[in-house]
Amino acid sequence: MEIEAYEGESIAAALYAIGIDVFSYSSKLGRPRGAFCMIGKCSSCFMVVDGVPNTRTCIEPVRDGVRVERQKGLAPVPSEKTVDGSVEPEEVLETDVLIVGGGPAGLSAALELARYGLNVVIVNEHFKLGGQLVKQTHKFFGSKELFGGLRGFQIAEMLSEQLSKYDNVKVLLQSAAYGVFRGGWVGVASRNKLYRIKPRAVIVAAGATEQYLAFPGNDLPGVMGAGGAQTLMNEYGIKPGDRALVVGSGNVGLIVSYQLLQAGVKVEAILEIMPQIGGWFVHAAKVRRYGVPILTSHTIKAAWGRERVEGATIVRVDEKFQPVPGSERDIECDLVLLAIGLAPDTRLFAQAGAVMRWIPELGGPVPIRTRRLETSIPGMYVAGDASGIEEATTAMIEGRIAALAIASKFLDGERAKRVEEEMEKLLDFLWNEYRASPLLARARAGKEKATVSEEEMERLRKEHPPLVSFR
Amino acid sequence: MVLESVPTYRRTGIVSVEELKSLGLLPPEERLRKGPVAILECPEPIPCNICVDACPSGAIKMDRIVDLPRVDWDKCTGCGTCVALCPGLAAFVVDLSKPDKAYVTVPHEFLPVPRVGDEVWLLGRDGRRLGKGKVVKVWERNRTWVVTVEVPKELAMEVRAIWVER
Ligand code: SF4
Ligand code: SF4
Repeated sequence: MEIEAYEGESIAAALYAIGIDVFSYSSKLGRPRGAFCMIGKCSSCFMVVDGVPNTRTCIEPVRDGVRVERQKGLAPVPSEKTVDGSVEPEEVLETDVLIVGGGPAGLSAALELARYGLNVVIVNEHFKLGGQLVKQTHKFFGSKELFGGLRGFQIAEMLSEQLSKYDNVKVLLQSAAYGVFRGGWVGVASRNKLYRIKPRAVIVAAGATEQYLAFPGNDLPGVMGAGGAQTLMNEYGIKPGDRALVVGSGNVGLIVSYQLLQAGVKVEAILEIMPQIGGWFVHAAKVRRYGVPILTSHTIKAAWGRERVEGATIVRVDEKFQPVPGSERDIECDLVLLAIGLAPDTRLFAQAGAVMRWIPELGGPVPIRTRRLETSIPGMYVAGDASGIEEATTAMIEGRIAALAIASKFLDGERAKRVEEEMEKLLDFLWNEYRASPLLARARAGKEKATVSEEEMERLRKEHPPLVSFR
Repeated sequence: MVLESVPTYRRTGIVSVEELKSLGLLPPEERLRKGPVAILECPEPIPCNICVDACPSGAIKMDRIVDLPRVDWDKCTGCGTCVALCPGLAAFVVDLSKPDKAYVTVPHEFLPVPRVGDEVWLLGRDGRRLGKGKVVKVWERNRTWVVTVEVPKELAMEVRAIWVER
């Protein structure tokens, strides 16, 4: 079948737009698989694209004449003919700073570094810069200086625009940093080309992955990350379904519910397992005003349907979060959107052997870091959701802090001092003003647990000698 | 978690007029009768001070970014700029100065955009349809429409959204 798509659309979005929501079949039971995260972090949208299997179609742009096939289970190794010919020789790059991830943290870091004349390479898995800002159609909070009041996608446009003015910034799109190597090298796989990069410092701002929930039927197409639905409707203008059940009432669940209403999707209910709403009151009020029920002390028991979700069974829970027998209720819907939290993408730190710690408040294992966001791998910094789940505004602040920490080392004299002062101002604002909100207490506590003094970091490095160093 | 210490609005997503009053977020009766005035239904210490910068009359005050916004009711002209710019869509303007009707100004981010003269549904904080009201003013700022509707006086503190039949 031949289909039409818009330029700049991902293959997964283009297929979804014409009603194709099954992208592959599972290996053992042959169950249909649909979209889940839509941001290149899961494996739900794997398809065979121009003969290449395991292609993440959600971050693969459409192009004229591209051949897309549903993948059935494990695929064979593609023939040499498929990949040969277009492969270019490896390129070796040296740079001051390598930034992994072109979202709010990465872009803010890059701008700060570029401003001080340092050379920057940004590696970005998606074919567009901006990370998850591009699908944030709501206005941001914070202050005017923090771009509050602007809508997320407008911030992405502005940051990308500003960045394009610097010729000391090189952007590698559709590229993944696949490993850190002895001697301080980072391997990057681009389209048909490998890079071996030798940076003087690295900032990993790789973002986060949507978390999954175990319940019968959770693999049906139509069970999606809330962020996945957001990508479809806000980035590509595709209505993800007609009737949605949203699981989780944190800010993500509440904001996505509001945006579903804007897209003309009926939100049947928002479920919250806790006895109170997870997110901010103002976000909850926005959906309540349009009649969306928020059911606290409720969770999903099962989703059902044949080739796609046709409904879900919800259940009330007691104080111990156990289902109350007899309280089950069926809700007809074609979307079940999970908004139960995110997990930091810290794979590069794990591979590099950074000292890490499991911190539930931050969504999973994160690298231990100093206030200046340097991890136990000397010269390897962390910023944004990869440092522990928070939000885009703090991600932008963290990106700038990491950048200024690096710049203060690479510059000298007066300039270094100015940079240092600017960094301290940001640190003070972040810890003593922004995170002072009691509503951010949980994330703040998590970030405190992950942050150690310079002395403690030196002690950790003695105890776990770093395998590699970037300074 | 001690549930008793949790304000009701954190369980329901609906703030009551009493709660707003006890938080000092409601203007005094005499001020309400004088003319349009802002009501910021923003009861939590979130990190946000957009309204402070937004207000052309400098009527909103906050010391730290996590404080609750405080409106100087005498400085507020009821212009509605905060309604347009508040990212929480938590700002409203209420006008109780006219003898037989009240006017409520709400943010609106849904299509179709209402036009002056349209009869639209009036929604309460819980989404209930409280009746229909006439649109008397519409303007837009960065995709948030600021819509003023005429409502029965007794609903001035209840109507917080509108719905335009598609
Ligand atoms: S209505 Fe106008 S004057 Fe009053 S607080 Fe809002 S922005 Fe300021
Ligand atoms: S702009 Fe809105 S959300 Fe922000 S502090 Fe003011 S009233 Fe609250």
